[in-house]
Amino acid sequence: MAEKDEEKEKRKIKTVAKMKEIMTAYYIDAKTAGQTGKKVAWITSGGPVEPLIAMDVIPVYPENHGAMVGASKMGADLCGKAEAMGYSSDLCSYARADIACAPINGGPIGGLPRPDMLVCCNNICGTVMKWYEVQARFFKVPLFILDTPFCHTGFSAEAKRYVKGQINEYIAFLEKACGKRFDYDRIKEVGRLSVQGQRLWQEILDTAMNRPAPISAFDAFFHLALIVTLRGTQQTVDYYKMLLAEMRQRVSEGIGAVPREKYRLLWDNLPVWYRTKWLSEKFASHDACLVADTYTSAWCGALRYVDENDFLGSMAECHTRIYLNIGVDEMARQVIEMADKYDVDGIVMHSNRSCKPYSFGQYDIQRIIREQKGIPTLMIEADMVDERSFSEGQIETRIDAFIEVLKGKKS
Amino acid sequence: MKQIEECYQILKDPNGYVKRFKAESGRKVIGTFCSYAPEEIILAAGAHPFRLFGSGEKIRLAEAHLQSYCCSLVRGALEDALGGRLAFLDGVVFPHTCDSIQRLSDIWRLNVPACFHLDLILPVKLDTDGARQYMIDVLRRFRGELGEKLSVTISDEELRAAIRICNRIRAALTRIYALKGERPEILKGSVLYALVRAAMIMDRTRAASFLEEVAAEMEKESTSKAAAWPKKRIFLSGGVCNHPDIYTIIEEAGGEVVGDDFCTGSRYFSGLIDEKADPVTAIADRYLERVVCPAKHRGLTNRADHLVRLAREKQARGVIFFLLKFCDPHAFDYPYLKEALDQAGVPSMLLEVEDRLSADGQLRTRFEAFVEMI
Ligand code: SF4
Ligand code: SF4
Ligand code: SF4
Repeated sequence: MAEKDEEKEKRKIKTVAKMKEIMTAYYIDAKTAGQTGKKVAWITSGGPVEPLIAMDVIPVYPENHGAMVGASKMGADLCGKAEAMGYSSDLCSYARADIACAPINGGPIGGLPRPDMLVCCNNICGTVMKWYEVQARFFKVPLFILDTPFCHTGFSAEAKRYVKGQINEYIAFLEKACGKRFDYDRIKEVGRLSVQGQRLWQEILDTAMNRPAPISAFDAFFHLALIVTLRGTQQTVDYYKMLLAEMRQRVSEGIGAVPREKYRLLWDNLPVWYRTKWLSEKFASHDACLVADTYTSAWCGALRYVDENDFLGSMAECHTRIYLNIGVDEMARQVIEMADKYDVDGIVMHSNRSCKPYSFGQYDIQRIIREQKGIPTLMIEADMVDERSFSEGQIETRIDAFIEVLKGKKS
Repeated sequence: MKQIEECYQILKDPNGYVKRFKAESGRKVIGTFCSYAPEEIILAAGAHPFRLFGSGEKIRLAEAHLQSYCCSLVRGALEDALGGRLAFLDGVVFPHTCDSIQRLSDIWRLNVPACFHLDLILPVKLDTDGARQYMIDVLRRFRGELGEKLSVTISDEELRAAIRICNRIRAALTRIYALKGERPEILKGSVLYALVRAAMIMDRTRAASFLEEVAAEMEKESTSKAAAWPKKRIFLSGGVCNHPDIYTIIEEAGGEVVGDDFCTGSRYFSGLIDEKADPVTAIADRYLERVVCPAKHRGLTNRADHLVRLAREKQARGVIFFLLKFCDPHAFDYPYLKEALDQAGVPSMLLEVEDRLSADGQLRTRFEAFVEMI
């Protein structure tokens, strides 16, 4: 694995620095909202952020915060604190970490800025609703729930009516919380930028269709932050344009995310935040690149339902029909579509104790892939933030064995 | 009471009972998962609603579909289905509630092909006009879809008749619970459990008259002079209780169960349905007004307010939380419910159960310690 420093340097993604700069500025802005008079809303990762941007509210993402907690390896400690508060160790570790941070301003950035309101969309799970209820009681601030009925086999007309009606309720909620009228012209502009950002994000992920892939899922986990957090801003569009240009440059120069890409893999479920580096090096040492994943692509999956000329109107469908809010068979279909698109040799599934809606059904998805495509899959049991659920030896052995299987298939 | 004997016979082998009932009555049997499954509509369609719990068999087949960190209720039900123990079901209904049942529905649909499958994708928040309208829409759709599957049209008259039967069951159970709260010694906790449980399994028309008889007999007995009652009054809180033994253990430890907020208890029968209103709307309104399930939203303190009120009403000395391991919605609510009880001066303890109660005396000791403390 001895890659020369020079080689390593060439392989580094240069825009990373810019990204860090933007995120730092964003968190400073959010943390000083109290002094600048701006309002802060906490919002779930699948929630409709554009109306907040249009209202000049600073969106803050506890899930992104959870990822930071995980990456700084503070997960076990904070999760333990939540357990001492009475929260079972079987609950989602994002929720546990965040709930434990709130009263003590804990975590890597000394706690999130206090919310003026909470916006929760249950299109990703039922956990977020319980979690936001806890925080609404703690901070004593209003909570808006965007309830997006689950689409086992389709999106019914009555569900669509229901969600559409709630978009209006959401706007009324914001008008009340902000004490000003909603700006319907501004949302058109924000919506346009949001769609543009999502398209760029999709294009960036698509550069991984090249061999070697210039970007891996591990990179995508990092660069994802903006499309989640600052979707609908010019800044995000500009940043992703830069990143896309860099990826295209890498493609033309044949620079891959891993030095000798031999096996192309697809990752399923959330990252293991406290072990991204370890996992990325582990796979790279086997010349395997995670060229795509179901997680970061969820933030451009709604593009098929969006109507640029009626952004607010199409919002209901975009938020309801996302990857996690659909049946297991439809998820399997989409995974296979991705496997074909990125031409992968194998699939790595993270069975994530924290995330039941993402993980239950994985065994069936695995079976469907095997039956329909014959692609080998590896299942690793872990947790995205709570490192107590990570058994290095066991996972290492399983990865090694999996690569042997891939080797056998290739030769 | 002979009715109680009948109950125990049914609970000994619910599947056997329902198979016999199906053969005798010619009714189709529809498996249901949670207290949001509209039994009234199933009954009105001429079918029989049968609540599924999982028979407690060792998990082998479900292992290939659901990870170990899934609650025993969901894994157990799937195990039964895959093991062919539910082959008598004609259909199954999945109301949307928690993330685990949500995925169980998918997995069931893909792997248990023999019976028809209906999803009831209910609203999650229950406190807005839009949600109410959507709830009504969903129930209307269900009425149509179920009718189609069973090749019947469900008339308003049939719906009203079914609502009347369910109301009779609910009213009778409400009386029984009230009497149990007033005079705990006249009915054992395990019997109370058996009565509610049997009502979810047996022929509902029979259940209605049978529970009315039990209530009448209890009323008679309660006129006798109350014996001095040295036991401490305990209230149970949680979701689904699958363990009749805990009543006995609590009683032996010197406690007496005077009420609960279980879905296999008071949530099952609380709230009557308006018999004169539009039937589907009336069914929806009961769901909206009843105390909320933790997987649903109706204000920020709905469940705590309810729990504290019930505990006070029943003059409970303490509350025992009975939670299933890996059950997220209930686990999220536990700290705030406990805090609300603390503030109301009601002591509580938490019992988390994986699938079986631990056989050793540990549970007994914990209950004894708790009862002694309160
Ligand atoms: S990790 Fe899963 S359970 Fe936790 S908030 Fe995200 S989607 Fe919900
Ligand atoms: S707790 Fe909720 S999901 Fe569980 S049975 Fe009761 S109503 Fe249904
Ligand atoms: S509400 Fe809890 S016990 Fe009931 S199915 Fe869901 S996870 Fe299991």
